[in-house]
Amino acid sequence: MIEGILIGLTTALTFQNIFMVMIGCFFGTIIGMLPGLGPMTAIALMIPITYGFDPATGLILMAGVYYGAVFGGSTSSILLNAPGVPGTVATSFDGYPMAQQGKAGKALAIAAWSSFAGGTLSAIYLLFLAPSLSKVSLSFRSPDYFALMILGLTAIAAFSSKGQFLKAMMMVVLGLMLASVGQDSLSDITRFTFDNMNLTDGISFVLVVMATFAMSEALTIILKRNDPTAAAKQVSLTELGSIKINKEERGKMYKTIPRSSVIGFLIGVLPGAGATIASFLAYGMERNLVKDDEKEKFGKGSVNGLSAPETANNAACSGSFVPMLTLGIPGSGTTAVMLGALLGFGIQPGPRLYMTNPEIFWSVIMSMYIGMVILLILNLPLIPYIARILAVPKNYLIPLILFFSITGIYVMSFNNFDIYLMIGIAIVATFLRLYDFPMPPLILAFVLGGLMEENLRRSLLLSNGSWEFLWDRTLTVCILVTTILIVLWHIYKTLTKNKS
Amino acid sequence: MNINTTKIISLLFFIFSAFYLYTAYQIQVFAFDENAPFNARTFPIYLGYTGLFFSGLKLILPDPDTIKVEHKTLEYKKTGILILIAIIYGATILKVGYFLTTSLFLFASYYFLGERRWILMFLLSFPFVAAFMYLLHGVLDIYLRDPFLKSIGVMG
Repeated sequence: MIEGILIGLTTALTFQNIFMVMIGCFFGTIIGMLPGLGPMTAIALMIPITYGFDPATGLILMAGVYYGAVFGGSTSSILLNAPGVPGTVATSFDGYPMAQQGKAGKALAIAAWSSFAGGTLSAIYLLFLAPSLSKVSLSFRSPDYFALMILGLTAIAAFSSKGQFLKAMMMVVLGLMLASVGQDSLSDITRFTFDNMNLTDGISFVLVVMATFAMSEALTIILKRNDPTAAAKQVSLTELGSIKINKEERGKMYKTIPRSSVIGFLIGVLPGAGATIASFLAYGMERNLVKDDEKEKFGKGSVNGLSAPETANNAACSGSFVPMLTLGIPGSGTTAVMLGALLGFGIQPGPRLYMTNPEIFWSVIMSMYIGMVILLILNLPLIPYIARILAVPKNYLIPLILFFSITGIYVMSFNNFDIYLMIGIAIVATFLRLYDFPMPPLILAFVLGGLMEENLRRSLLLSNGSWEFLWDRTLTVCILVTTILIVLWHIYKTLTKNKS
Repeated sequence: MNINTTKIISLLFFIFSAFYLYTAYQIQVFAFDENAPFNARTFPIYLGYTGLFFSGLKLILPDPDTIKVEHKTLEYKKTGILILIAIIYGATILKVGYFLTTSLFLFASYYFLGERRWILMFLLSFPFVAAFMYLLHGVLDIYLRDPFLKSIGVMG
C-alpha cells in the first residue's frame, strides 16, 4: 500500500495535476453556486476537456470540480437559502439563519473548515478502508436500504422543533407524494399526471427545492416586510461579521467533525445513498448528541448544526468513490458521470483497478486530499467578499433570488409549465411556512421517494408480498430498532419537557 | 370565533390525502400485474393511507403550540404583484426570449418593491442579464432560446 500511496503522491503532485485541481476547484465553486447547476452538470461539462489529458489527470480535474461544486452549493445554501443540490439542503438549516444574524462570513468559514476536515478525514478512511469497505457495501440488500430510508425520514421528523413531529411527518408524506408523480420506474405507467405530458417525467428536484426554499423564502421576506422582528433582522445584515471562529465554536466543531465524518463516509460508501442521506443523518445525530441548551439552537444558527451536514456531505463524496473505484458501482449520480468518463478512457473499474492501474486509483485518492487543501486556500480569502452578497438591499436581492430560481428551472426544461408549477409550489410552501410547517422533511422525502419505492418493490417481490423482510435480516432489524428508539426517545423527551 | 389555521391545514391535507388515495386506486396497471405483490399503485396507496393517518392525528390531538399569524402586518399586495410579474415572466420567456423578458422582469420587480434609482435598476437588469447570458450561453455552452435576439441578428 505504501508503494501505491507514493505512486499516487508522485502523480498527484506534478505541476500539471496541481494546476488541474486548482482549475477544477475554481470552476466547480462557480458552477456549484448557480442554482440548477450541481456537481453532476459541472463534471459533465468537464468531460470533453478531460479527454485531452491522460486518465489520471482527467480524473483529478473531475475530482476538483466535484469538491468545488459541493462547496459552491453550500455557499448559495448559506447566503440565499437556495441549495442547488440535495447534498447541501441540510447546510441551509443552520447556515442560512446564521447568515441572517449577520454572521454570513463566519457561517461560510465554518462550512469551509468543516468541508475540509470532513474531506480530509474521509480521504484517510478511504486510504485504509477502501478495499474492505467495498465488501461491506455489497452486503446491503433492498430491505436494509428501505429501513435506512425510513430511519432517515423519521430522524428528520423527530429532530424537528418541539411540537412539530406530526407536521414534519405530514411534510414527509407530501414529499413522497410529489415524488410519486410521473412514470413508474419499472412498468412505465403514468401516475398522477392527469394526462398532462409535462408531468410524465415527474417533478424535478431543482424545481421543488427552489420553490420550497429560495422562492418561498423570498416571498416570505416580502410578506413579512412590515413585521418589526424582520426589520430588526434587516439592520443586522449590514454587519456581516468576521470569518474568525472563536475558541468556543472551535470546541464545538472538534466534537462534531469526527463523528459526522464517520457517518458521512459510511453512508457515502453505500451505493445510491450518497451525500443527501449522509448530511441529513449527521444533522439528526448531532442534534441528538448535543446538550439540551445547544439543541434549542438547532435551526436558528447552531454551529454544530452547520458543521455536521457540511462535514458529512464532503465525507460522503469521498465515500462514494469506494464503490465506484473498487466495484465499478457508482455511489451517486455524480460518480455515475465520472464512471462514464472512466470507461471512456478505456479503464474498467473494479477490484483489480489498483493492481492494473495503481497510478489512477491512488492518484485519485491523493488528489482528493490535495483538492481539499487547495479548495480551502482558494475559498477562505474570498469569503468576506462572497458574504457581501447579503449586503445587497432587499429590493435588489429578492428579484435576483427569483431570477436565479426561475433561470435554474428554465435552463433545465425550457418549459413554461415548470415555471408555473414552481410558482404554485412556492405559494403553498410560503403559506405552510407561515404556520410553522417544516420544509426540510419534505425535501428529504422527495429525494428519497423514488429509491424508497424501488427498494420496497424489490423487497416485497423477493418475499412474495410478505412483510417478513422487515425482520428477516439482522441489519434490517438493527436499523428499524434504531428508528423506533429515536421516535420513543423523542416522545419521552417531549413528555418530560411538557411536565417540567 | 377563533379558528385554528393549523387544524384547517390538517383538514385540507386530510382531504388531499383522500383524493390522492382515490386517484391511486384509479391507476391503470397491466392485467398480469394486477395481483402482483407490488405494482404501480401499491406505494401510492400506502402513501395515501399514511397521509390520512398523520393528518387525522393532527386533527384529533390537541394543539398546545398554536401559531398565530398577524395578517394585518403582512404585505399581501406587494407579494401578489411579485407573483403576478413572475407568472407573466413565465408566460413570455419562451415566445419573446430570455434576454428581454428576464431584464424586464428584474426591472419591474425592482420598481414594484419600491426602488427608484433608475440607473442602478437599469444596470442590474439589462447589462446584468447580458453578462449572465454570456456566462451560460457563451462560456458554459448551455443553450438559451431567444427569438428576440435571433430576430435582431445578435444570436445565431
